[in-house]
Amino acid sequence: MKASWPRPSALIPYLWLAIFFALPFLLVFRLSLSDSALSIPPYAPQIDWSGGLAGFRRFLAGLDFDTYGRLVSDHLYIKAYISSLSFAAQGTLFALLIGYPMAYGMARCRPQTRNLLLMLVILPFWTSFLIRVYAWVGILKPEGLLNAGLGLLGLPNIDLLYTPAAVQIGLVYSYLPFMVLPLYAVLEKQDHTLLEAAADLGSPPWKSFWQVTFPLSIPGVVAGCLLCFIPMVGEFVIPDLLGGPGSLMIGRSIWMEFFANRDWPFASAVAVALLIMLVPPIVLYQRQQVRALEAGR
Amino acid sequence: MSEPGAGKPAKARANGGRRLNIGAVRSSFAPWNDPSAVPLVRFEGVGKRFGDQVAVEDLSLEIYPGEFFALLGPSGCGKTTLMRMLAGFETPDTGRITLAGEDLAGVPPHRRPVNMMFQSYALFPHLSVEQNIAFGLKQEGLPKAEIAARVVEMLDLVKMAPFARRRPDQLSGGQKQRVALARAVARKPKMLLLDEPLGALDKKLREETQFELMDLQVELGVTFLIVTHDQEEAMVMADRIAVMREGRIAQIGRPEEVYETPANRYVAEFLGDVNLFDARVSQIDHPMARLEAAESLEGFFVLDDDCPAAGSAVSLAVRPEKMRISLEAPPQGTHNVLAGEIWDIGYTGDWTNYIVELPGERLIRVARANASRFVERPIGWDDKVYVTFDPDAGVVLG
Repeated sequence: MKASWPRPSALIPYLWLAIFFALPFLLVFRLSLSDSALSIPPYAPQIDWSGGLAGFRRFLAGLDFDTYGRLVSDHLYIKAYISSLSFAAQGTLFALLIGYPMAYGMARCRPQTRNLLLMLVILPFWTSFLIRVYAWVGILKPEGLLNAGLGLLGLPNIDLLYTPAAVQIGLVYSYLPFMVLPLYAVLEKQDHTLLEAAADLGSPPWKSFWQVTFPLSIPGVVAGCLLCFIPMVGEFVIPDLLGGPGSLMIGRSIWMEFFANRDWPFASAVAVALLIMLVPPIVLYQRQQVRALEAGR
Repeated sequence: MSEPGAGKPAKARANGGRRLNIGAVRSSFAPWNDPSAVPLVRFEGVGKRFGDQVAVEDLSLEIYPGEFFALLGPSGCGKTTLMRMLAGFETPDTGRITLAGEDLAGVPPHRRPVNMMFQSYALFPHLSVEQNIAFGLKQEGLPKAEIAARVVEMLDLVKMAPFARRRPDQLSGGQKQRVALARAVARKPKMLLLDEPLGALDKKLREETQFELMDLQVELGVTFLIVTHDQEEAMVMADRIAVMREGRIAQIGRPEEVYETPANRYVAEFLGDVNLFDARVSQIDHPMARLEAAESLEGFFVLDDDCPAAGSAVSLAVRPEKMRISLEAPPQGTHNVLAGEIWDIGYTGDWTNYIVELPGERLIRVARANASRFVERPIGWDDKVYVTFDPDAGVVLG
């Protein structure tokens, strides 16, 4: 039997992963094990290439987990992690509550209307993410659009900018398409005769939704939630532009350590810890996708 | 639900497992001829359009309790729309539909006492076989124990008990069909609607299932309405068939009525094969009539039932199996003789179909049952043959 080698084209994804994920991760990981110093690279220890294998051993011995120790002992970082997770969890929940009816409505439209609505969901991606978040500053600021509108209606002003609520609004707004699209995908291909069968068997429409439509859309719910939750946890731009000091998120802490404190090893440790935290939801998402693929076959 | 046996004698399981002769049951069962019989379903002048497409037009129809009724027609003839209006998935534009005397207008599908078996089966993919069957019972809010007992009963009825925990995607086509059937009858509907129920099954399974459905119908005493484009399916199972054409009913009758005495050319051609001769009535001499036709110098001699007055243009319809074919010329004085040449032969095992070319490049079809295994001289290609048929073999269509 001939040994089967993967075709060269199959190697491209691995190459991609190696260059754009594995290599940067290893660099950051190595950085996180270095000694903290308030400066720019290079950081101790360094590989002594002239020393050969012994030099490399010396380098390995020089690495330590001190930065991680600091991370665990510093309440600020623990709090930032927890707050990030809670922001992301709430944001995901709101995105689901808004995104599900949107996707459901879209899936029930006529095909032409569907395509138009689908394009409208994707349309914001044509504008820079940064500009869209800045636009929210314009809306939420004290003399912004929101308060102008409230004023017209004779309602009292609310001051949302630089509050956790503003961060939440920004998160939900930015990640809503990532919720809507997978939900729409499962809802759109749902067999309409199943609802007819449910009605035929005595189930009124609202009950059919909970007995048929929703259970069958759970793969989309899981995919949408993870697609929102995972990037929301590490979000930096939104809390930075819309949040005040009360909106502590880990993405911002990493930025502070890198660029304000210039403590690269410690910043790297914060980043690596974040990545490790996100491994379980990512694995969950992957398994969900594989299962969905298999079910579709 | 009407009590079993209201329409037909229910098959008694305790009866030593003896199979009732469905044919015999069928022949004694004819409520549509009984003026005092009350129909279960009544379509009165029902019409439905989709845009500028007419699906059903001014259609009236009565279906009696205990009947196995078939709507037969090609795709697009409105048969499915008619059934969906009864189930409540479409609303008639005109006319009304009553079920057991109750006007169904405005009654949503989930409140109608009918159940449907969908063509695609429409089993819930996230529920197991038993959960699928229990679905309709749960909606009624029955006590759990009662639901469980009824599910077991239904599983036994369709012989699916060993598969109770399987998901629909782990079942074969035939098994899915059984589950869909069990789910539809679990609620003891007044009427069961079957949309192309055997369409997705292979031929062998289809034949078996036809008989099972008939047994089941007698056993449950439920009225069945089946939609199909397969004439054999309709003929085998139904008490009455409505042959549909472009939103209207072309003919209603027992299977043997619509086959042997079709009301028009459309029905004659849709059901089975038929040879149609354009003819003119030249003479009526009760009980016989003579027709002039291009194919025969002498003319055709047929029975004068339903034959219009002399001079009318008609079609004579003769089924291939009602014609005889032979190599020898029939004796002098035999009527309805056509001489021709074999054009093609289709051997199907049980039957042989001969395509015979008459003078003037006119092709007719003659079928012969292969009743014996050997013949002295088989009929072969390019043989000169004589085709004859009896005066009562043909139907004169106006």
